[in-house]
Amino acid sequence: MKHLLNPLDLSVEETDRLLNLADSIAADPAKYSHCCTGKKLATLFYEPSTRTRLSFEAAMINLGGSVLGFSSANSSSASKGESVSDTIRVISCYADICAMRHPKEGAPMVAASKSRIPVINAGDGGHQHPTQTLTDLMTIRSLRGSLGNLTIGLCGDLKFGRTVHSLINSLIRYDNVKFVLISPKELRVPDYIRDDVLDANHIEYKEVEKLEDVMPELDILYMTRVQRERFFNEDEYLRMKNFYILDAEKMQLAKPDMYVLHPLPRVNEISVDVDDDPRAAYFKQVQNGVYVRMALILTLLGIDTSNL
Amino acid sequence: MLNVGQLNEGFVLDHIEAGKSMQIYDNLGLGKLDCQVAIIKNARSNKMGKKDIIKIEGGLDLVDLDVLGFIDHNITVNIIKNGEIVEKKRLSLPKRITNVIKCKNPRCITSIEQELDHVFTLTDEDNQVYRCLYCEEKYIKQ
Repeated sequence: MKHLLNPLDLSVEETDRLLNLADSIAADPAKYSHCCTGKKLATLFYEPSTRTRLSFEAAMINLGGSVLGFSSANSSSASKGESVSDTIRVISCYADICAMRHPKEGAPMVAASKSRIPVINAGDGGHQHPTQTLTDLMTIRSLRGSLGNLTIGLCGDLKFGRTVHSLINSLIRYDNVKFVLISPKELRVPDYIRDDVLDANHIEYKEVEKLEDVMPELDILYMTRVQRERFFNEDEYLRMKNFYILDAEKMQLAKPDMYVLHPLPRVNEISVDVDDDPRAAYFKQVQNGVYVRMALILTLLGIDTSNL
Repeated sequence: MLNVGQLNEGFVLDHIEAGKSMQIYDNLGLGKLDCQVAIIKNARSNKMGKKDIIKIEGGLDLVDLDVLGFIDHNITVNIIKNGEIVEKKRLSLPKRITNVIKCKNPRCITSIEQELDHVFTLTDEDNQVYRCLYCEEKYIKQ
C-alpha cells in the first residue's frame, strides 16, 4: 500500500512520472473524466482548509469519482474522543482513498499505519504539505521546462512556512538549483534547513533582507504570507506583514521570464497590480494543484491510464 | 574492589558512567525482576576513574539492549557462564527506540493520543541525533 505523507516519499523518478501524468491531464482533462467511476475519496479535514479540500474534491469529481467526508473536527467523531487510528479503520470501509488534514503533526502517518486505503497528507500542522509541493514543482517545470538549472528566490516567512521547507527539500534533488533566501532576520529559515539540508548537501544559497537587490538574478520568485497565528505580539506581526510587498514597480527589476509563485491565500504581500503581469503564475498554480491531485489519486489507486 | 557475590549465570553491565546506574535500573525495568540484581556505585576504574556496575542473574533476554545502547553505548556487557566471562558484548546506538524518550513537541499527534508509542529513529549517527517518527522533532543525546 502506497501513501503520500512527505514529498520525499516519492523518488525523483516517481515525481517525474507523476508530473508527466499531471501534464497529460492538463493537456486533455476530458480524457480522464471516467477513470475513477465508482471510486470514493474521503476528505478527513480536522481543521478547516477550504482551498485544499475543494481542490481534492474537484480532482476526484473530474475523474468521475465521488467524495465524502468532514470539514472540521467538530463535525467528526474526533469531537467524541475517537482516535485517528479508529477513524481511519472505519473510513477504510467506506472509501477507496483518503486525504487527511490535521492540526497535529504526524496524524496522517498514524492513519497510514492502520489504514487499508491509501492516505494522502493534506497538511499536518507546520510539518508537511506534500501536494502543495507537487503543485509548486509542476508549476515551475511547466513554466521553465525542467526543475534544474534555476535560481529561486524564497521570500517572506521562511521560518514557519512549511511550503518553503518542503520545496527546498524537494528542489535540492535537481541539478544546479540555487536558493536566494529573502526574509527579515526574525523569519529566516530554521537551522535544520540551513545546516541539515542546504549546508549538508553543499547547495549554493545566500540569505538577504532586501528583495529589490536580488530581483534581477531570479528565475522564480516564491512569495509567502506572514501568518498572524505564528506571532504572540500583534505589533511584531504588523511590522513583519508589511516587510515585503511585491508591486508592479519591483517587477520592473525582474527578468522578462521570471515567474512569481505563491501558495495562496495572500494578504498584501503581492499587490493586485501584479495580477495582470504575464509573469504572475499563482492562479495557474491553483489550477495545477487540481491536475497534480488528479494524477496522485490515479497513481495511488493504481489505475492504468496508458491505454487512454 | 568491593566484592559483591560471585555471579554464576548472568551478565554484568560494566563501564557505566558513575552516577548513571539508577537511571539504567529504572529504564531497564530491573525493579520488576525477581532475580538477584546488584548495583555497585563509584567503583574504582583505571580507565574511567570511577564507574558504576550492575550485576544481573539470569539470561540476557531480561533486558532491552537497544535501551541500554541508547542510554550509553560505551557500556560493556559481560556474559557470565559457570562463573566465567564467556563473551563481551559491545553496544551501539539503536536505529529505533520505543517509549524511552517522549516527544516534547506540543503540536505532535502523540501529545493528544495517549495510546500511541513514542518512537524515535536515529537520523544522524555522528551527532547522535534522533527524530520523532511522527513529527520529526529533534532529540540530541547529551
